[in-house]
Amino acid sequence: MRDRLRRAWEVLDDRLGVSKTLGPVLRHPVPPTARWYYVLGSATLFAFIVQVVTGIALALMYIPSTNNAYQTLQFITHDAPFGRVLRGIHYWGASAMILLIGLHMARVFLMGAYKYPREANWLTGVVLFMVTIVIAFTGQLLRWDQTAVWTVAVTAEQAGRIPYIGGAIAHFVLAGDTWSGETLSRFYAFHVFFIPAIIFVFVGVHLWLVLHHGISEPPVAGRPVDPGTYRAWYHAMLEREGRPFWPDAAWRDVVFGVGIITAIVLLAVAVGPPQLDQPPDPTQLNADPRPDWYLLWYFAALALIPPKLENAFMIAGPLLAAVVLLAIPFVSNRGERSPSRRPWAVASVGVVCLMIATLWIAGVRAPWSPDFSARLLPEQVVGAASGPVAAGARLFHDKGCEYCHAIAGHGGNRGPDLTDVGDRLSTDQMTWRILNGGTNMPAFANNMTPQQLDELIAFLKSRVRR
Amino acid sequence: MSSGVPASGRSEGAEEIRRRDFLTRLCLGLSLFAGLIVAVPFVGFLIAPLLERVVQVWRPVGSVDQFAVGTTSKVSFVDSSPLPWAGVVARTAAWLRRDGPAQFVAFSVNCTHLGCPVRWLQDAELFLCPCHGGVYYKDGTVAAGPPPKPLPRYPVRVRNGQVEILTSPLPVTTVR
Repeated sequence: MRDRLRRAWEVLDDRLGVSKTLGPVLRHPVPPTARWYYVLGSATLFAFIVQVVTGIALALMYIPSTNNAYQTLQFITHDAPFGRVLRGIHYWGASAMILLIGLHMARVFLMGAYKYPREANWLTGVVLFMVTIVIAFTGQLLRWDQTAVWTVAVTAEQAGRIPYIGGAIAHFVLAGDTWSGETLSRFYAFHVFFIPAIIFVFVGVHLWLVLHHGISEPPVAGRPVDPGTYRAWYHAMLEREGRPFWPDAAWRDVVFGVGIITAIVLLAVAVGPPQLDQPPDPTQLNADPRPDWYLLWYFAALALIPPKLENAFMIAGPLLAAVVLLAIPFVSNRGERSPSRRPWAVASVGVVCLMIATLWIAGVRAPWSPDFSARLLPEQVVGAASGPVAAGARLFHDKGCEYCHAIAGHGGNRGPDLTDVGDRLSTDQMTWRILNGGTNMPAFANNMTPQQLDELIAFLKSRVRR
Repeated sequence: MSSGVPASGRSEGAEEIRRRDFLTRLCLGLSLFAGLIVAVPFVGFLIAPLLERVVQVWRPVGSVDQFAVGTTSKVSFVDSSPLPWAGVVARTAAWLRRDGPAQFVAFSVNCTHLGCPVRWLQDAELFLCPCHGGVYYKDGTVAAGPPPKPLPRYPVRVRNGQVEILTSPLPVTTVR
């Protein structure tokens, strides 16, 4: 039986030429020292394959129409067999892909693997990184819930800031002058056809380049890249000590990739897909749109940038990031590769990570957002059930002060905490500030009677350290 | 693969080279032609939203006496030319303020900072944006936060006792 199978395979292989074509590719020699940090690229590809498979499955039921998309997603999540776990895998797979492609890029940069002769590997990788962000973002919009609808508006607004052509691009993003029946089907086409097509082409070229130039050897301090001699040296090294990629190096890619896929599925089962927000009704205004985690840091940057710099930042920021990434192999494609000899490279990766982490934490907290859930302060905080202090506490809530100012842990964080403001400010200072407002505070001069002002100040003056 | 020498090894005449040159150009030209005749409708369809004419129509949002003087209320209306499958997305909201017996102002609900929906606080007489904390006074002027411009206004009129709003594009803050 075994012999017969073997013979059948031999005939098939002979006619199809599988071993003849793929054999040398799989067994191409790789540097023996390439170890665990070389698995990030293949793991990104594995995550992408998971996305393609689960995406196709979800497309069996998802209807990309503004009228039905939300209901089909509800059905997929709550009623369809395996629907919840498929959505979960697609979401966690996207998260894994973003994380892995970022780590892969950082690893390649830190080890100087983008230097001669692998500049084109880096450039195709940068394109893949950018379209991965776009496909993740468009995927979030396909949830077509309240957050998605407003995120489309936010995207159009940002596009609008591009000088001169911004209006046309915003129009293009919305597929009309406002949300319409066309908006979602176009995002769907971008998400499932246009961008995946770009990814397939660039993954193909990227892999071809990896084979063409060979896997970069781990850097050694004091062994700089010299374009004049590198290729000859690399091939001599492979000749001397190269190992076949399959299975000597590939087993690590398989083990790590399978680990990633297992983690994605476990998270999908245990945590599930992100909750769908309210229905996509643009007339329901109690919306609080936030991007998914991988863009939360950018959302924070848009809140924290000084308004004067904002237009420049919104356009120049992403553009500058793209230009810098694409310029890297042109600026330095030779010399030291080892991170221990490239302190600026290490520092710049550190700064980028620190920046994203800090902004990300700020984005999670979002202290700049008014706290619409703020309720009337409890009586034990106010310290009075009637009289001007109690009336002032009510005004503190009704006039919206509490949405931005916290007292004893209740209220928003946009403005200063007023728990013990009575110790800090005099009655005159309070009056002036309330009537005139400030940079981030509205003036209440036209919206408060003298009696209301007295009551509010009586309440604020009673806020002292106990 | 290699330069100009055919597999048989015989040297080529000038005519042969011209012929190959012609065939190469022919193939490239024909491919370009085929690409173009398919690309024109493709690109045209892709950028169709830019070629469509903006249509504006007056939509009734309620009778005049529905709105008390001095109040701001949310109204909603249907876009100018909703597609049959648009669903709830065909509807748009606006904040309608009644300043006098026949004086109405309709504000866009989109914050001029990044387009998030602003909420009206009746007692505070302020519009507040949940995204980045933009604040507007009751007349739509910026009170605080990052918005670069006042809340945009929709044209509004009273006809036969009905308040009507002119449908308008989503207000996008642009730069020149």
